[in-house]
Amino acid sequence: MAIISRGFGGRRRESVDGLPPGQYLTHDFPVLSAGPTPRIPLDRWHFTITTETGQKTEWNWTEFLALKSEDVTTDIHCVTKWSKLGTTWRGVSLDTLLEDVDTAADYTMVHSFGGYTTNVPLEDLLDSKAWIAYKFDGEDLEPEHGGPARMIVPHLYFWKSAKWVNGLTLMNEDEPGFWEAAGYHMYGDPWLEQRYQGD
Amino acid sequence: MARAALPGRLTWREATVTGERWETPSARTLILDVPDWPGHLPGQHVDVRLTAPDGYRAQRSYSIASGWSPTAKTVELTVQRVADGEVSPYLADTIEVGEQLELRGPVGGWFVWRETQPAPVLLIAGGSGVVPLMAMIRARAEAKAKQPFRLIYSVRTPADACYADELARRVRDDPGLDVRWVYTRTPPAKRIDVATINSYGWPADFTPDCYVCGPTTFVETAADILVALGHDPKRIRTERFGGTS
Repeated sequence: MAIISRGFGGRRRESVDGLPPGQYLTHDFPVLSAGPTPRIPLDRWHFTITTETGQKTEWNWTEFLALKSEDVTTDIHCVTKWSKLGTTWRGVSLDTLLEDVDTAADYTMVHSFGGYTTNVPLEDLLDSKAWIAYKFDGEDLEPEHGGPARMIVPHLYFWKSAKWVNGLTLMNEDEPGFWEAAGYHMYGDPWLEQRYQGD
Repeated sequence: MARAALPGRLTWREATVTGERWETPSARTLILDVPDWPGHLPGQHVDVRLTAPDGYRAQRSYSIASGWSPTAKTVELTVQRVADGEVSPYLADTIEVGEQLELRGPVGGWFVWRETQPAPVLLIAGGSGVVPLMAMIRARAEAKAKQPFRLIYSVRTPADACYADELARRVRDDPGLDVRWVYTRTPPAKRIDVATINSYGWPADFTPDCYVCGPTTFVETAADILVALGHDPKRIRTERFGGTS
């Protein structure tokens, strides 16, 4: 049975539609990273998709920017409890990047400059559910928010939206990434409040 | 990166406030008795859940301030009041000794210090970001660990400093612990900069383990300086506080 806190609740935030359980609304854009912010020169930027058989597809920055881009407006939900509604991004859909990739794998590991990893099932990257974004709010994406380019998978907690992305590996079996190995949930659905392993 | 075994499910536990301490006029430490607490590593945090009389609930994360010893069996949280916050004013001003709250944890396996890490340690704190770093200093003392620790603690004024008396005592009594204060609002006011970290941190050649915690801009600045001074980015662990409201 829950413990009732007398005297708590007097300063509660207004209730807002679109907030998953346990989240509160923020108008800032907080930053969460495990280490220093890497600075990636655009002439050294690349993004590589590696299939389960080792086949590689790679784009440099110029090739990446030449791909069809989309404007996306979406809500984002961080496992540290803040949510931000109606954020606007521009990026390349994973549907576009995976279009010519031949795979039978069900899982992916997203890789970043600096060594960060996070696992996402392949079907969660397809059908207009995920993008590699390079603009936020009409401006070039700042390094502290993952620039020059980051993944956005907004229907999952935001740690799944890796900053500074440089690759995607397709896998037959699911494996934990960086935070998942440290106790965070393998899937991370904010509407089911899947914050930690076992939730 | 290294893979670890997946830990078990985190359940909500009922914690009882058994003591309190004011660290500054706006930061209060709650000492919590948590039955069957599994122990924690310094740097880890807990999620706190509050339920209002009408069923409304809110959750926030707080760093653990205490080290862990099987004999103490308590968990200490230092809560900085955020003026327009929802949860922190209740924890800082309203909850009383003897009352209960729900928490679960410990959470986090990255921003932690283990006594098996042989390297010297550099801790860089901005404001209430000192809390998880204090847990590391306390855990080091409890373990009688010999790795040398340096803390650079940036805070507005001496009155805003948490744990000032304890840190002064530990600098005297804990061999190999050094603390350097940076006051941003007390003349001669200064901010953390290359000279400060170069002078009072460890040289990059010593390959220290670095932990930086504070507000986002502070952490970005300090971590950038460490990288520029030649520290390996993989040895720099950061935690950013937006201010937990």
